[in-house]
Formats: sequence, structure tokens, C-alpha cells
Amino acid sequence: MRILRAIFGHGSGRIGGVIVGVYLLVAILGMLGLTPHNPITQFRVDRLHAPNSAYWMGTDLFGRDVASRLMAGIGQSFTVAFFSVAFATLAGTVLGLAAAWLGSRWDGIVMRIMDVLLAFPAILLALLIVTVAGPGTWTSIVAIGIVYTPIFTRVVRGPALSLKAREFVDAARTFGSSSSYIVTRHLLLNLVAPLTVQVTLALAWSLLTEAGLSFLGLGTQPPAASLGLMLSDSRNLMETAPWLMIFPGLAIMISILGFNLLGDALRDILDPRMRRAPA
Amino acid sequence: MTPLLSVRDLRVGFGRNPQTNEVVRGISFDLADGETLAIVGESGSGKSVTALSINRLIDFGGGRITGGAMKLKRADGSLFDLMTATEPQLTGIRGAEIGMIFQEPMTSLNPVLSIGTQIEESFRLHRGLTGRQATAAAKDALDRVRIPDAARRLKYTPNQLSGGMLQRVMIAIALACNPRLLIADEPTTALDVTVQAQIMALLAELKRETGMSMIFITHDIGLVAGIADKVMVMQNGQAVEQGELNQILDNAQHPYTQHLLQDVPHFTKGSTTRSDGRRDGGAGTEPALKVDGLVVRFPLKSSFFSRATGAVHAVDGVDFDLMPGETLAIVGESGSGKSTTARAVLGLVRSTRGSFSVGARKASAEQSALPVQMVFQNPYASLNPRLSIESILAEPVIATGGRVDAGTRARMASLLERVGLPKNSLERYPHEFSGGQRQRLCIARALMLNPSVVVLDEAVSALDVSVQAKVLELLVDLQREFGLAYLFISHDMAVVERIAHRIAVIYAGQIVEIGDATSVLSKPKHSYTKKLIAAVPTIDRRHEHFELDTRQVPSLVRPQGYEPAPARWERFGGDHMARAEG
Repeated sequence: MRILRAIFGHGSGRIGGVIVGVYLLVAILGMLGLTPHNPITQFRVDRLHAPNSAYWMGTDLFGRDVASRLMAGIGQSFTVAFFSVAFATLAGTVLGLAAAWLGSRWDGIVMRIMDVLLAFPAILLALLIVTVAGPGTWTSIVAIGIVYTPIFTRVVRGPALSLKAREFVDAARTFGSSSSYIVTRHLLLNLVAPLTVQVTLALAWSLLTEAGLSFLGLGTQPPAASLGLMLSDSRNLMETAPWLMIFPGLAIMISILGFNLLGDALRDILDPRMRRAPA
Repeated sequence: MTPLLSVRDLRVGFGRNPQTNEVVRGISFDLADGETLAIVGESGSGKSVTALSINRLIDFGGGRITGGAMKLKRADGSLFDLMTATEPQLTGIRGAEIGMIFQEPMTSLNPVLSIGTQIEESFRLHRGLTGRQATAAAKDALDRVRIPDAARRLKYTPNQLSGGMLQRVMIAIALACNPRLLIADEPTTALDVTVQAQIMALLAELKRETGMSMIFITHDIGLVAGIADKVMVMQNGQAVEQGELNQILDNAQHPYTQHLLQDVPHFTKGSTTRSDGRRDGGAGTEPALKVDGLVVRFPLKSSFFSRATGAVHAVDGVDFDLMPGETLAIVGESGSGKSTTARAVLGLVRSTRGSFSVGARKASAEQSALPVQMVFQNPYASLNPRLSIESILAEPVIATGGRVDAGTRARMASLLERVGLPKNSLERYPHEFSGGQRQRLCIARALMLNPSVVVLDEAVSALDVSVQAKVLELLVDLQREFGLAYLFISHDMAVVERIAHRIAVIYAGQIVEIGDATSVLSKPKHSYTKKLIAAVPTIDRRHEHFELDTRQVPSLVRPQGYEPAPARWERFGGDHMARAEG
């Protein structure tokens, strides 16, 4: 509750929060099927209609309602983004903490593997994994998750190493605190702020990666809707039916803007030095 | 005659509304040619902001000068208005007419450039020297600050030089263009006491040679006596008192100045040591902590795969014992091994050899023994900022397998009250407390497990002087109440004199002198102890010349398998003994 109030008290946080909130609502409606039309029903007589009162964002080549498909697509893209970021956060945090806490050899092994993963461009690595495992929603989630794991590992390991050398960890050792207590209470708790910021930003990237995969035909499979797939379908009709491209494109752009603004706001808010003493 | 620098009603503010958020509130002073003004105050008193305002560096630090007048007399006698000067004009003044040195020599120099390049830059900018001329000038500048072997040292990067050397390099840069005013902002605070004495001696000599004026900023009123002509005492952005050196030190009018002079620990060569709880032969009582032949070595490897070629002998054969209710102070300079000794006792550093016994219990060198607790130097780093005070105090109990129940809470509350913190502290977070309060919290946390020995590693060094005095009082009270034994690690002789019953002087990993505090401080026997005591500034030394001693601490790196010769001890009555020299 307090954090929501803080976000809305922050200039860019307010804009980002509203954008992300609206998207979440649309995504839920899209997933529940509460769209103006069925997103996969083809209204053959109404092919390639420009936006009008019946079809707010027009119709596509097969006469499907773009607005409905957009809602379903946002639902689909957000699902993939959330699960893949959850995967990356969990895996990255565990690996990063292990590397920092165990040190020396383990640190070397874990971080070199992460370096190798990071050496591939994100979309290329995702493509590779999806090509090997076959396209589909769950493979996209795992692929995108693996792609972003190294970033979380690094984000966790660096601060964890510096926290490990802090005096309060030494102090904990002098009481005889167990390793698990030190790792969870002294390291992890202090990592919540950077992790939250990173999660928000990673959501934006994974949305983009999901769109890229679908655009290339390796993510969500037709006839289901996804933002990348819609963009891909619009390619050849750019001049005759520009709305096919404009709406999904805008949807991607604004969602990423929203997550970035929110991430910036969270970074400011979660800095403990910014926290005020309760009155 | 017009003064070199005249400041009238200077006001400096920060933030969006500098007028309402003033940090310096109406400072006035005059500084004549060749005069030294010392500005004394605690952190937050506005002394550094005042100094940074004079050369207008404050503009870059987020501050704004909101009022007043500052005039500098230039070399040709014309008056230069520092308030209205434009940035290009100021660039010509900074370095050329007003030099400045800062507190941290380690961070004031660029780590990737050689010191030669950094000194030459000053000559290039202000005198237009280039190439060989600049190099020659840089060498002269290093010679001037008494850095031996200057020509070779020009090629060194900052990491190759010690803190004292770097501060001399900073002085060389500041004096490159013979400024007529040098602003020194706590130039010796980050340095060891013997190095501090060297820097003070150097500044005094250079001042005599060049006839420049100086503004010397410090929190340590003891340091003022040796160098200042005039003193200004600051508190909360105002000058509470200013005047001639002798007048301020001997006849202080303002209560705050009197407080700084009287309540704050000052070094008195052993005449104000504690008189309670002397050792009475030690018959019958078991020591609270006994350390035998402690050795800590860190192996040196040239690469990951090669074998160790040598070792850093951080602690090389240290023995002492500590009785219940007694304070043993371990004093020494940075790198002497005093902190390593403390950390080894607690098991934070693995000791190579040696044994500890804590009370009746024998503890092996590897494992930490719980009756020993520690208070760390930096109260800002030793409390987890994300945990409430309740969780912080509960941790030792949880760590030892206890439950946090009503009894634990009652103990927390009584300890908090005992160390002088408000009752509602438990739900609060560390950042809501000041440095002194945090250190009290750390003390309370250390006492949660009812230890018999508390290791205090520079526990008051990070605190302001008046807070220091209060925390020391608290420590003495707690010691009497709970019969605690303190192992007090410090570099500050004035603080040690207040709290120690016995003193061990440690140098290059070995104890060189140990004994009763009064005896060690008033009749030091070992040459290093003598040097250390001679370097401590006191308010009684007016314009006394410190000796310029450029000896370096010996390297602690030894070849593999090296063992130090067994110590021969000379005894000087009671339990006072010193390592035989030569």
C-alpha cells in the first residue's frame, strides 16, 4: 500500500503506474475472453475494414477484429513476459547468491557460464533455444527466462559480494549466525530494491523479445493472437491497411515506456536513504 | 594595511531554497599575509562549506552563496571580488592564488595517471610550462615536500605510494604556483598520528619558507595549537568564538569552546588514566581472555596455480591476557596488525597458530567463542539498514538457538534504556539514528548475549569528538556494571588514555611494549612508543616543531618459512615490559 502511494507521488511513477495498470487490466480481459468480438472469428464480409464504430481498430485480412486480437495478444504477451521474468529472477537470484556466498571456485564456474550466455545477443539465444525445443508458449517462457538469467545473476552477485564484506555480516558471524540466516536476512533483504527495479525493466525487455520471437514465427502460433504475430501479419499490408501495424506497434511501444518509467520510479523510491521516518 | 582575504557575513545555502536552508550563517573574518587561521568544528558545523566557498568550489557541490562579501588582495595589491567573479576568472585564481588540499589523499588523485603528470598539469595550466620544463618543475615540487628520490617517484601511480606520501604530493600540487593562500581541509584526518606529525611539520616549514597564509580546517582542537595564529570555532554554521590562539586556548569564553577544550579527550601523557580496577598481582583470578602466541599470516601467490612464495606476517607472535573488568588497549598505526589481532580473537580471520582461552573455556584458534562480542568501527556499516532495531537485537539470540520471547524483549528494552536510547527505538530502522546512537545500538547488540569480553575495534573513531566522550563514559559505566573485559583497539592515544587500564603497543605485527597505562604513557621505553607519543598533538604544545621523520614502516612480506627471532623482554617494574631493541 505504502509503495503504491509512493509510486503515485512520483512524477514518472504516476505515468508508468497508470500505463502498466491499464495494460494489466486489458491483459486480464483479453485472457478471460472479455473482448468486443471473438479474436479468432473471421468476419469474412468485413475484411480489411478501417477503424469504425463496429471494429474500433479495424479488421485484418481474414476479417478478424484487431481490437479484440490486440487485447488477447497483450494477455498472451504479458503471460509469457511474467512467467519468463519470474523464471529469470528466481534462477538468477539463486545463482548470484550462491556465486557470491560460496566464492572462489563456484563463483568462477557460475559466472563464466553466465558470461557465455551473455555473449549471445538476447534474441539470437532465444531463437536458438526455441528452434531446438520447438515453438510454443512454454518454450518461449523458458527460452526468454534463460536469456535473462545472466543479467539477474550479475545484478545479484555484485551487490551481494559487497554486502558480504560489510561489517554487519562480520557482526552476524561473531554471534554465530548460520549461513542461511546471513544470506536471507543480510544479503537478500538488501537486494530487494535492486531486484525490484530489475524485474520491472526485465518485463519490458521480455515483452520485446516475445514480440520478436512471435514475429519470426517461433513464439505464439496462429490463430492465437500475440503482438509480434500481428505485426508480422501486417507487413505486406502496410500501405493498404496501416492500422494493422500501427495499433500493435503502439501497444508494444507504450507498454515498454510504461515499464521503464515505473522502473525508474521504483529505483528512486526503494533507495532506503529516500525513505522517511514514520511520523 | 588591507588583509589578504576579507570575508564579511558569508552565507551559504543548499537545496532548492538556499535562503531557507542555510548551512553557513554569517561568517566574518580577516586573514593577513602570512597568517594561519584554524577553523575548528564538528561535522555539520559548516567549516568545510566555508572553505569551499572561498574559492567558490561550493558552486559545484550544490551550494549557493546567498549573501555576504569576500575580497581577495591580489599580488599587485588590487582587490578581487570573489563573490561576483565569473567562472573563467575564478579558474585563474584557483591554484594560482588559492591552493587547496583535501582530507582524502587517496581519492583526490587520479588513480590512472602518474603523480608526475598530475603535478605537471598544474604548471601547464598556470605557468604555461611544457615538456621537459614541466617535468623539471614537478621534480622540484616533489623535492620541496621532502619526497626522497623525487625523479624516480614522478613515474609512480598513486597506488604505489602511502597515504602520507600522497598527501605530500597533494601539497606539492597545491603549492605548485606559489599560491599566497593555502586552504587545508582536514589534511591529516585520514592519516596515522606519526604521519600526521610529519605533514604538520611540513606545512609549518613550507609556510615559513614561502610566507603564505593558510586556512586550516580541523575537528581536532589539539592540532590547532601547533600551527595556528588565529582560531575560529564553528557550531551550526556560525562562528561561536574567534580570536588569537592563546586567548582561545587559555581563556575560552563560549561554552562550546570550553566544552571542546575540557570534555573532549585530550592527550596528557598518562596523567589522566583511570584509577579504578588496577591489577592486584592477579593471584587467584582467572583471566577473561588469554591469547598465546597468536600468528596470522596471509600467503602470497603470484598466480592462481603457483605455490605460495611468501606470506604477509600480519600478526607475528602476540600474547596477552585480559582480566575481568579490565581494559587492555592495543594501539598502533594502520597496518600494524591490531585489527587483525581482534578479528582473529573472534574467528573472523583464520589464525595460523596460537591459542585462546576465554574464561574457563579453552577455544581452539579456528572457532569463535561466544563469550566474546565485538563492536565495529563504522556504525553506519555495522547495522543492516533493512532490519528494524528489534530484528537487529534479536539476531544474536536467534543465532545461538534462542527464542524471541517476552524475556528477550524485556532484555532488549532494558539494554536500550541502559545505553541511553529512547524507548520507541525497537520499531525504528538504523537510518533514523545518528552515528553516536548507532554505536550505542551496536553496544547494546554486543551485550545481548551477556559476553564476558567485548572487543571494541576503533569503536569511537568514526564519531565526533563530543559524542566520543559520551560513548566512552557509557563504556566505562557498562564495564563497572557488568564486569566486562574490554579489548580496545585504537590508533587514538587521547581516547586510549581515557579508557585503558593497560596498553599494548603493536608495531609491524608484534607487541613492542605492554604494561600499565600510566607507566607506558608517561615513561615509554621502546623507541617506537616514544615516537608515537611524541607525535600526538596536544593543546599545550604551542607552535612546537614536530620532527620531520620520513622513515617508512618495514614491509611485512616475508619469504616462505620465515620465523621471527624470539623476543627478548626488558622489565621496568610492575607488569611494564618492552621488547629489547638492537
